[in-house]
Amino acid sequence: MEHMKFSFPAGRPAPGRAIAGVVGSGDLEVLIEPGAEGQTQVSVSTSVQGMGRVWEAVLARVLGAAPLPAVTLEINDFGATPGVVRMRIEQAFDELGQSGRTQP
Amino acid sequence: MNLDELLSRESFTELGARARARVLLDEGSMRELIGPFDRLSSPWLAQQGVVTQADDGVVVARGRIDGQSAVVLAIEGAYQGGSMGEVGGAKIAGALELAAEDNRRGIPTRAVILFETGGVRLQEANLGLAAIAEIHAAIVDLRRYQPVIGISAGPVGCFGGMSIAAALCSYLIVTREARLGLNGPQVIEQEAGIEEYDSRDRPFIWSMTGGEQRWHSCLVDAYLDDSVAAISDQVRAFLLQGVPAQHRSDRYEAFLASLARVDTTQQARPDVVRAIYQEGLQA
Repeated sequence: MEHMKFSFPAGRPAPGRAIAGVVGSGDLEVLIEPGAEGQTQVSVSTSVQGMGRVWEAVLARVLGAAPLPAVTLEINDFGATPGVVRMRIEQAFDELGQSGRTQP
Repeated sequence: MNLDELLSRESFTELGARARARVLLDEGSMRELIGPFDRLSSPWLAQQGVVTQADDGVVVARGRIDGQSAVVLAIEGAYQGGSMGEVGGAKIAGALELAAEDNRRGIPTRAVILFETGGVRLQEANLGLAAIAEIHAAIVDLRRYQPVIGISAGPVGCFGGMSIAAALCSYLIVTREARLGLNGPQVIEQEAGIEEYDSRDRPFIWSMTGGEQRWHSCLVDAYLDDSVAAISDQVRAFLLQGVPAQHRSDRYEAFLASLARVDTTQQARPDVVRAIYQEGLQA
């Protein structure tokens, strides 16, 4: 197991919390909660060793591209591919955007 | 199920644990207890280098079914095979104990348990086993007041000590995808030999432990299509029936008599197993 932390510039704090995914084979769990104004903090726990640079690149692409709300983002990964990682993070932000769906 | 029904039905087995709990409860009534953001994950898996899930693979969903107080306990089969560790097991047992307490205080609370589990989580050993024993005791306590409904929809099925929990439920629902058994196929193969039980032979495994076989063997109360509507309707129908006059587990003498008729000199066959159970239990 390997743990990593990243941070990215972001917008206003997110309006609520959301969860997506499962810590299952080839999948990951993404939990997002409101973060501090202007900054998103990411913590990753993954079963796969030595992929730090890939994580950094994938997260930069997802979180650095468009202005997103500031969140604390926790990832519990069980060997997901970059495409699945991206989909799950976007799914969590999508849940956040739906009114009344701030609770998992 | 015809083609139109197949295309229009909403699958239950394709839903995750949280979504399964939500569709069984009255719309908008679900409130999760000890949810993922409480971060009560397994303290033991992390020490063994295994990535943990924030809810330890168990969703405790409080809400209403047909307007009446209910709790749904959904095991996430995709996380560690739905295995029962200290935390997840305690969540289920604790919720069932609180439901029984509700009943004693005059609030008739019912429980639905979604079994997608290989049984005890081996990494947590005795702590998981102790939790499963507490679940058994809590089901037996609660079912005196209100029905406890078990569902094993698949694809994991229900094995080990949790198969005993399923058998203790007032009503048990399965789909064709489900499997129900005390020992999982690989354990039986390891102990009995591949000539006796080939765990890779999927049609054979389902013919012995699959939902359809268990239905014909009088071990479950409903055998349904993999459909949210069918399962949800059946849960409500069983709740309307109320506590059964006699629970399946109270019929242990009939089960023991059936088992006494097993001819162990012959290789077990699905049709023979069905016939033995039907003769003994369809009285």
